[in-house]
Amino acid sequence: MALGLSAEAWAAVLLSLKVAFWAVAVSLPLGIGMAMLLARKRFPGRHLLNGLVHLPLILPPVVTGYLLLVTFGRKGVVGAFLYDTFGITFAFNWKGAALAAAIMAFPLMVRAIRLSIESVDPGLEQAASTLGAGRLRVFATVTLPLILPGVIAGAILAFAKAMGEFGATITFVSNIPGQTQTLPSAVYAFLQVPGAEGQAVALVAVSVTLSMGALIASEILARRLHGRMEGR
Amino acid sequence: MTFSVRLRHHLSDFTLDAAFEAPDGVTALLGHSGAGKTTVVQAVAGLLRPDEGRVAVGGWVMGDTAAGVWLPPHRRGVGYVFQEGRLFPHMTVRRNLAYGCRAQGRGVEEAEFDRIVHLLGIAGLLDRRPAGLSGGEKQRVAIGRALLSRPRLLLLDEPLAALDEARKQEILPFIEALRDEAGLPILYVSHAVAEVARLATTVVVLERGRVLRSGPTASVLSDLEIVPSFGPRSAGAVIEARVVAHLADGLSELRTSAGALLLPGIAAPPGRLLRIRILAHEVILSRARPEGLSALNILPATVSGLRTVPGDCVMVQLASGDDTLLARITTRSARALALTPGTPCHAIVKSVAVAPQALGDG
Repeated sequence: MALGLSAEAWAAVLLSLKVAFWAVAVSLPLGIGMAMLLARKRFPGRHLLNGLVHLPLILPPVVTGYLLLVTFGRKGVVGAFLYDTFGITFAFNWKGAALAAAIMAFPLMVRAIRLSIESVDPGLEQAASTLGAGRLRVFATVTLPLILPGVIAGAILAFAKAMGEFGATITFVSNIPGQTQTLPSAVYAFLQVPGAEGQAVALVAVSVTLSMGALIASEILARRLHGRMEGR
Repeated sequence: MTFSVRLRHHLSDFTLDAAFEAPDGVTALLGHSGAGKTTVVQAVAGLLRPDEGRVAVGGWVMGDTAAGVWLPPHRRGVGYVFQEGRLFPHMTVRRNLAYGCRAQGRGVEEAEFDRIVHLLGIAGLLDRRPAGLSGGEKQRVAIGRALLSRPRLLLLDEPLAALDEARKQEILPFIEALRDEAGLPILYVSHAVAEVARLATTVVVLERGRVLRSGPTASVLSDLEIVPSFGPRSAGAVIEARVVAHLADGLSELRTSAGALLLPGIAAPPGRLLRIRILAHEVILSRARPEGLSALNILPATVSGLRTVPGDCVMVQLASGDDTLLARITTRSARALALTPGTPCHAIVKSVAVAPQALGDG
């Protein structure tokens, strides 16, 4: 196989990419909405909500995984409802891995986006509204373009976090090769088998490359967007 | 179209309770910072909902809390030019200008776009971004952007405050042109009496949330009751003068209701009506008609009112023809001249400020 990776290792890389992609794609709109809510609105329970969003950052990942299991497992409150109503299940499949990755990455995403929202001058949004733009249009044409660097940074950070998520994932959906074995789970598995260290090292190299690539891409994008606003 | 505002709103340290009506033209909202100007402006634009109030331009009622109506900013048609311009940094000047048209779901009309771009002299900036513009350029683009949104009322909130003197002189003619050509009611917020004297048709003086005076510019600015609040060097009368002829020695003869004035540096053609401002500290009073004086401009007047102002001075209000003049003299001089209402005297005008733009040929 290419790069000296076995079929099993390749499957783990591809699965991780798929899991991270969907985790970010689905949670990004929610992350933007949550960041807007926390940055702009004053409502009772705001601090509680803020704490809840940040909880996965401070809880042991195993605890988060366990909570996911009891909530979204086939017999969990939400899990049972989703299965009975829509036939969707998160238990022991890649969707569950994506859910775990999304929840673990959510606080990082929201933080990055929220910071960029707080740096937007609300006066610009007021100006847009006096020119005839309704709320949605103001968001789409003024707020969103101005926070785009933060959104991209948040998405890339979340993607990297989702690629590397281990504790919650293995607790929630286990470590089934080809189904729920993500890149970190595979590294862990290879390290348990005598003589498979070579595979583990190759995966570690892939992991480092992907993470560095994501970081560099986000730097370049952020710089380009910034330059555009400075009139260059 | 009458522009009428009535507002009541509780603020942290006082209650805004202001009402005024203004005819077409520029209505200046004059007051110190903290007088409540910003609250009035935000309520007119719909960015703030007052406890009670009504705002209307002609028959267009933008808000009437008694009727439970308070339109949001995007449905008001108020073109708001902010002190700092507030151009969208991620868009070119062209897209900034077109923003209102797009937001209202209509295309940009070429002829209208070109007319406004040329009026404001911003044709050369269209493909630049706001970050690369000077303060004066930004403000002209902001005015253009507001105009292109086809407002029913133009709101200029201290548009010159952040600019230096040279940039102010760059913007003022454009605002005068708007007043004279656009036929659009303009609410102009300022704390600078000189700007207001030059631009305003109607002046509303706001102090601690209340309207101290409102009315035509000339009568409000020469009102003894409010003159002290402008500060000693800002008090002055605004009068109209018609250009009669340009003389061989470079001076121009202007006619006011009280008599002729000879002024240098007038470019307006004969027949043109100019608005001129005579500052109170530039006027000397004399009981007898002075002889052998270098000053050229001496207008006969009658004292119509006196008021003591800070600095041991007296503000003297004078009726001169149909106009009102102000003179600031020392208390000692006032006593020496025995000035009382009805005293005839002569006002010697040392210098005159003239707005370069004509008031029209009417």
